[in-house]
Amino acid sequence: MSAPLLSVDDVVVDFKTRAGNARVLDHVSLEVASGEILGIVGESGCGKSMTALSIMGLVPSPPGKVTSGSIRLEGRELVGLSEAELCEVRGRDIGMIFQEPMSSLNPVFTVGEQIAESVRLHENASPKAAMARAVEMLRAVEIPEADLRAKAYPHQLSGGMRQRVMIAIALACRPRVLIADEPTTALDATVQAQIFDLLQDLQSETGTAIILITHDMGAIAELADRVAVMYAGRVVEKGTVDTVLSDPQHPYTKGLITCVPHLEPEPPLVRAPLPEIPGVVPALTELGMGCAFAPRCGNRIAQCGEAKPPLEATVGPHLTACWVAGP
Amino acid sequence: MNTRNSALVVEDLKVHFGGGRGLFTTKPTVHAVDGVSFSVPAGATFGIVGESGSGKTTTALAIMRLVPVTAGRVTLGNTVISELDKEDLRAARRQFQIVFQDPYSSLDPRKRAGEIVREPLDLMQIGTRAERDAKVADLFEQVGLRPEQRALFPHQFSGGQRQRLGLARALSTEPDLIVCDEPVSALDVAIQAQILNLMARLQRDLGLTYLFISHDLGVVQHICDEIAVMYLGQIVEQADRVTLFTNPQHPYTKALLAAVPMVHGNKRDRRNRIRLKGDPPSPVNLPKGCRFASRCPMAEPRCHQEVPELREIGAGHKGACLLI
Ligand SMILES: Nc1ncnc2c1ncn2[C@@H]1O[C@H](COP(=O)(O)OP(=O)(O)OP(=O)(O)O)[C@@H](O)[C@H]1O
Ligand SMILES: Nc1ncnc2c1ncn2[C@@H]1O[C@H](COP(=O)(O)OP(=O)(O)OP(=O)(O)O)[C@@H](O)[C@H]1O
Ligand code: SF4
Ligand code: SF4
Ligand SMILES: [Mg+2]
Ligand SMILES: [Mg+2]
Repeated sequence: MSAPLLSVDDVVVDFKTRAGNARVLDHVSLEVASGEILGIVGESGCGKSMTALSIMGLVPSPPGKVTSGSIRLEGRELVGLSEAELCEVRGRDIGMIFQEPMSSLNPVFTVGEQIAESVRLHENASPKAAMARAVEMLRAVEIPEADLRAKAYPHQLSGGMRQRVMIAIALACRPRVLIADEPTTALDATVQAQIFDLLQDLQSETGTAIILITHDMGAIAELADRVAVMYAGRVVEKGTVDTVLSDPQHPYTKGLITCVPHLEPEPPLVRAPLPEIPGVVPALTELGMGCAFAPRCGNRIAQCGEAKPPLEATVGPHLTACWVAGP
Repeated sequence: MNTRNSALVVEDLKVHFGGGRGLFTTKPTVHAVDGVSFSVPAGATFGIVGESGSGKTTTALAIMRLVPVTAGRVTLGNTVISELDKEDLRAARRQFQIVFQDPYSSLDPRKRAGEIVREPLDLMQIGTRAERDAKVADLFEQVGLRPEQRALFPHQFSGGQRQRLGLARALSTEPDLIVCDEPVSALDVAIQAQILNLMARLQRDLGLTYLFISHDLGVVQHICDEIAVMYLGQIVEQADRVTLFTNPQHPYTKALLAAVPMVHGNKRDRRNRIRLKGDPPSPVNLPKGCRFASRCPMAEPRCHQEVPELREIGAGHKGACLLI
């Protein structure tokens, strides 16, 4: 991998809750280079969105707080920047597509106005030039009759079109990093495929680095270059997509890959029960000293309950946080 | 019990919404389900897949008699569900139950879990009080919950546990048919596997018939014996699970299968797939010919004129396209 454009280094995020302190991100480290797609996968609540929010400087505070760690964009430290400085970074350098498109679009403005607004926030463009740019962006995300659709309100568009508008807003200022948080969960498979194609085109044409958050291993296989698997606030495995998917090292990653009934071009005649990961994700306020996956892990040894396994190289640049895995 | 062998038969089912006369105008008619026929042998799982808005949920609700049936017949064993009057319907409900997608909103938050599972037994006055209590304890164990969890409220359960509660409730009346509308879509993949395995085991143990609706083709391929693909209120293709996935014939089915990212796939083969453009037409203003023509990569001029019928195109394989 070339020098990272964005690097998240040893970031800890804590939330104060009634049940005590919740360590939502526990020493998370990630990096993404220009023109690369990094996938983040894991079960609900493992900290995928929180990782994205910490990069954007949007961790709700209070109750949340970036307790320690460093987030650098081309060497520039983002942790500790003022709100005004962060505002500049968002949109100009880092764009984000949120999990729920409807809640992040403003219902009282046309989609054209909203994209133009995003252009004007970060560039000195005249209103007219900004609107022209908005229409151009709508065309770029393959919305038919873009000049007409720019005058539409969010509720007048289909779910797939709204998600494309979100992408257009995020890309209007040509960010160097795009974070897409489950950009297609609410969409039909055929529309999802269109959105994924769009992301891939943008990445190969503009060299934008993309962080793709998803729970779909198929999407990781077909889109991402590298992948990070998260569990209970920690990165438990990280490497290139080819190695992690074909040779997973962490018991949780193995479980995630095998427990899903993947679509097979030649389905087997006899159907075996799906391998299960027993139990559920632990509450973040009740984590012990050991490996957070231990209560669900079939490979557990005594050591697992005593200390957290560090994320270390197993094979080449392939990192795993497990006492048992590795060479 | 002979009803255990009863099959579900759906004949030319139609559900249209609106269309009533307003004060000044006629309200537009939504052709949500528009002539759907299929049958499910007892003990089998029949899957329905298709685009959002294609009428999957409405088909399920119509079979359950939870929306008015505009036309057609639904038969379960010897019971013509679609023609039952109110009283008979209430009594017949013990034979067919439904499990919804959202385990959060489908359970009454003020009731304890035990009461929720017991409710259908109380409503239909099945067994004595003591028998009902014993039955509920049994059901909890059957779906992998602990009997002492009967005293908890829904918010004290995880998503997967709430779906287990939904299943226990559906099973309480010993139904023949369980209609499952996206039963695992809201669950994390690890929990989804637990619930799918549970459903398969219950089916084996109790001889249940499932109507299984999902947008996840991997899940459908795993759990269903036979699958129908819906588009705009109609079935466009139907086959057994192996045939549908190895030999899809309808252009929509092909596009749908091509759209799913494969875990054995990679960046390179992604590019060579057919892609659909545009959105489906609305179920209000239906096009004249084939309903898929506006997006079909194979469409010919006659597709915009002639309506393709769903017909036999192979052993147990049906398709609705002029070109096959
Ligand atoms: N305001 C808050 N107070 C306390 N805990 C919070 C708060 N917001 C989020 N969390 C916790 O932070 C953890 C990480 O949440 P996050 O949204 O990052 O999960 P995620 O991986 O994106 O999950 P999903 O797949 O459901 O989107 C969760 O366990 C969540 O409960
Ligand atoms: N009560 C209603 N009144 C009017 N139209 C309705 C009603 N219920 C559903 N519809 C319409 O009927 C069509 C079929 O809806 P249905 O919910 O059955 O689709 P679906 O296939 O289950 O979609 P999804 O995958 O999004 O759940 C849609 O166009 C919907 O808007
Ligand atoms: S460290 Fe131990 S408990 Fe954790 S994943 Fe590895 S083997 Fe399992
Ligand atoms: S009938 Fe024509 S438009 Fe319809 S699916 Fe077949 S080829 Fe496509
Ligand atoms: Mg999230
Ligand atoms: Mg539905």
